[in-house]
Amino acid sequence: MIASRQLCTFLLDGHLFGVDAQTVQEVIRYQEMTRVPKAPAAVSGLINLRGQIVTAIDLRTRLGMKPRENGKRPMNVVVRSDDGAVSLLVDQIGDVIEVDAENFESPPDTLQGPSRELVQGAYKLNGRLLLLLNCAEAVQLVTE
Amino acid sequence: MSFEDAELLKEFVVESQEHLADVENQLLTLESQGDAMDVGLVNKVFRAVHSIKGAAGFMGLETLGGLAHRSEEVLNKLRNKELRPTSLVINTLLRAADQLKALLDQIEASNEMDVTPHIVALEAILAGEEAVSTPEVSANATPENTKYEIGISSEALREFLIESFDNLEQAERDLLALERHPGADDLLNSVFRSIHTIKGSAGFLGYLKAEKLTHAAESVLGSIRSGNFPFDESVGERLFTTIDAVRRILHSIESEGHEGSEVTGELATQIEDFLQEKLSQTTAKGKKKGRSTRKSASTSKPDAAEPTIEASLSVEARRAQPDPEVTVSSAKPTIAQVTAPKMETAQPPEAAPKASSPTRLSPAPTSSSNSSAESSASDSTIRVDVALLDKLMTRVGELVLARNQILQFNSTIDDSALHSAMQRLNLITTELQEGVMKTRMQPIGTVWSKFPRLVRDLATMCEKQVRIEMEGKETELDKTIIEAIKDPLTHLVRNTVDHGIERPEVRAQNGKPTEGCLTLRAYHEGGQVNIEICDDGAGLNLGRIKAKAVEKGLMTLEQVARMADRDVGNLIFLPGFSTAEKVSNVSGRGVGMDVVKTNIEKIGGTVDLQSKPGLGTTIKIKIPLTLAIIPALIITSDSDRYAIPQVNLMELVRLEGEESRTSIEWIQGAPVYRLRGRLLPLVYLRNELGIPKDESKTSEIVNIVVLRADDRQFGLVVDNINDSEEIVVKPLSKQLKNVSVYSGTTIMGDGRVALILDVMGLAQSAHVVTGTKERAVSDSNDRATTNNSNMQTLLVLGVGPNRRFALPIAQVTRLEKLAMDKVERADHQEVVQYRGEILPLIRLTDTLGVEPSNHSGGLMDVVVYSEDDRSVGLVVDQIVDIVETELINTRPTQRVGLTQSAVINGHVTDLLDLPAVIRMVDPSFFQTTLNA
Repeated sequence: MIASRQLCTFLLDGHLFGVDAQTVQEVIRYQEMTRVPKAPAAVSGLINLRGQIVTAIDLRTRLGMKPRENGKRPMNVVVRSDDGAVSLLVDQIGDVIEVDAENFESPPDTLQGPSRELVQGAYKLNGRLLLLLNCAEAVQLVTE
Repeated sequence: MSFEDAELLKEFVVESQEHLADVENQLLTLESQGDAMDVGLVNKVFRAVHSIKGAAGFMGLETLGGLAHRSEEVLNKLRNKELRPTSLVINTLLRAADQLKALLDQIEASNEMDVTPHIVALEAILAGEEAVSTPEVSANATPENTKYEIGISSEALREFLIESFDNLEQAERDLLALERHPGADDLLNSVFRSIHTIKGSAGFLGYLKAEKLTHAAESVLGSIRSGNFPFDESVGERLFTTIDAVRRILHSIESEGHEGSEVTGELATQIEDFLQEKLSQTTAKGKKKGRSTRKSASTSKPDAAEPTIEASLSVEARRAQPDPEVTVSSAKPTIAQVTAPKMETAQPPEAAPKASSPTRLSPAPTSSSNSSAESSASDSTIRVDVALLDKLMTRVGELVLARNQILQFNSTIDDSALHSAMQRLNLITTELQEGVMKTRMQPIGTVWSKFPRLVRDLATMCEKQVRIEMEGKETELDKTIIEAIKDPLTHLVRNTVDHGIERPEVRAQNGKPTEGCLTLRAYHEGGQVNIEICDDGAGLNLGRIKAKAVEKGLMTLEQVARMADRDVGNLIFLPGFSTAEKVSNVSGRGVGMDVVKTNIEKIGGTVDLQSKPGLGTTIKIKIPLTLAIIPALIITSDSDRYAIPQVNLMELVRLEGEESRTSIEWIQGAPVYRLRGRLLPLVYLRNELGIPKDESKTSEIVNIVVLRADDRQFGLVVDNINDSEEIVVKPLSKQLKNVSVYSGTTIMGDGRVALILDVMGLAQSAHVVTGTKERAVSDSNDRATTNNSNMQTLLVLGVGPNRRFALPIAQVTRLEKLAMDKVERADHQEVVQYRGEILPLIRLTDTLGVEPSNHSGGLMDVVVYSEDDRSVGLVVDQIVDIVETELINTRPTQRVGLTQSAVINGHVTDLLDLPAVIRMVDPSFFQTTLNA
């Protein structure tokens, strides 16, 4: 039984999110991006990560949150996906937190919108909720 | 055990392998030296084997030691000249050395491995029984040989498989040719050789089924060669079946490691029975006839080699014919010629045993000497893992990027030494890139090689006669592209045989030869490869295609009536299209042609179809040489760079000053440019990418990139044209795969990412190419149910923050962008100077009482309406779109200037009554016209 796992945490519009630390390849500061007109809205652009081209997905847009305030630069959380590395743009990076399975709860049915599919559940930490992001789902974008 | 010391063991293995490395060549040299052998060389081999033996004994590796010991003894006899280095002796030693290597490769398990056959063979030599069979024969004797197989290194096995597959293919090709020219002896020989080689290797490796089958096939071929009966269709059929069966066995070996149970020994028996039957038939007819037809029935000199050839030819032949001499004498000199040099060295010692027990043949020496004869060719080539080449290619790609990066620096630094160094780097990189690219090149013949058989089988199935011809087999293509076109090509060939070529009786009626011809042609042209698939069949039935397109709702009658024949032909590439009256199991299900097109477009290629009724169809495929690194034009749009593959590029046009304003004309809202008298439709990249127009600077320069997509040209208007560069193509990530206007990404010299524009996708999204087709597909559903007469093409205008107006495009003369500060006043009216005239302006905001949007300076969109020589400009805030739509949910309005309201693209839109609007402002506008 694996009772605990390590989550790499980050902030999005004041909410604390986490993804499995195993899936995170690296965390890097804001990078120059090449925008991609006509791409799905959540695609912020393309980053050259040491010769590898990585698509950056703005998690705020993906989760249907309001856009980041002007001038605030996001951080890149580069995660491994089936289709190579993908960068998730977040507000701020947090600690790696070890969480216990017994503190986990599925999201309430009242949770609606895009978050419904992307938030797998919440870990009840002391005084704070840590939302577990479904990484594989978050990098799946529907092209219009 | 003494295995404890793993380090020591490892050292021993490495050392022993080094010892053995040279042994092979040394033994071969010895063989070639014959009786004049160099004793020093024997000593070298002896010492190598001896040290292996010593160490093996010390380490408790009994099997290894035992085998080394026996080899050593044989070598000792050689050294003392008690033995001659005959090919049998050398062969046996070579096999033993191979086995030693295999043992070393699996040193931990070596004691459990069975080397008895080798020991037996070596001992036989020691005992002076020169004539015993070589180990591979005794290996055959062991049932199933599972233990023996362990001794085969996986590499040897793989080589055997690759070689055998090649041989099968060769045999198949030759057989096909043989069917056309049944008398061609060289072809027969070639088939025989291929089959024989497989048989030899299979026997050596202990694959009994494969050996038995090939043996049976060989017997049949042998009999034909001896002139016992002629090659005919039934023989071809049998041989093809055999080849297929052997291929299945090989596949089974490849995937499961054993021969599998799918193919049973029955087939071999059947073939043998078939042979008997054939032979008895011919004997009944009288072999004299059979013999006399063979031009070489001359009693050839009874070469020493010949009996053995014949022995391997056909056991059955011998049994069936009471007089074996006949067979021998009828052997063709050409055969002897080809096989004799090998036989002379390899066979003599074996001749005797073979004659005494003809059923037990030893093909192995032939194959081994065969391979040594070919070694001069194989020495200069090696097999390399494709994954390694791919990796190399990626690295070279990175190098090209780095080079580009440095070259950019170079231009900013003025240092001649640096410049020359840079030039060298540039040159070397380019050469390296070309070299690596070449390693991945394969002749297209590798794909084509399976077509003759495919065509033959299909033709038989469809009861047609089809001949296949190939031109430019050696045309080389990148391996990835070869892979990618395999399926599309196969599909096209299938289609051609099934649909394109008529049945013989129909052809005869039309005065064509009964045999149809399918021609595959490949050639390089302008950095691209062209592949053509031509047939001399019936051609496409354009009428039927049209009817089908209408029936399936893919097109309307009117559209079809307007289409050029060439476009009609290309309709078959639409999804779900098939005119085949019946679905055969070959083709006709309507999937396929669209897949062919998509697959070829995926690799940057194009497909075009030309058909002449009654004369045939030609399908032309154009594909790039390689995908990895391509030359591209870099352009800028709104400070973002994009790459356009040079393949699609025709020319660049730059309009400056006055020209930039006047030479772009509008046809009902579509901008065009007259390029040497021909109208070139223009596409604004900004519009296509949804980038807002640059209001800040009114550029005096218009850059037009003339592109070709699907044999149609269009001009792409971009902000800036930068430079031409070699770019390394990287695939689009999954998230962007569906964005049709891009085909890939690349990294520019400064390290930033740039997108590669997909010219085809761009043209499609701008409706430049196949506009009618595209729309036809997407609209087919609603269109099929509605009457077409309500369709209107409307120009949709945005006025004010959220009002939309529309007017029939037919009323629009031109769309213009005019600078706001050019507006002057005359006669209580706003006017602008326009093309040397005074153009009165009508602001829809004023006349219709729409709340104006706070537009700040810059340009304004003007819709110009002309009546005879009088014009008027309608000032709007935005040109939204041109839509072809049917007016639904309409509601009449009471207001002057409007006819009705309708929902267009999800917005409530008022339809303008343009004459009424104009009259509101200038009541005399139309009167003047009438008076004039």
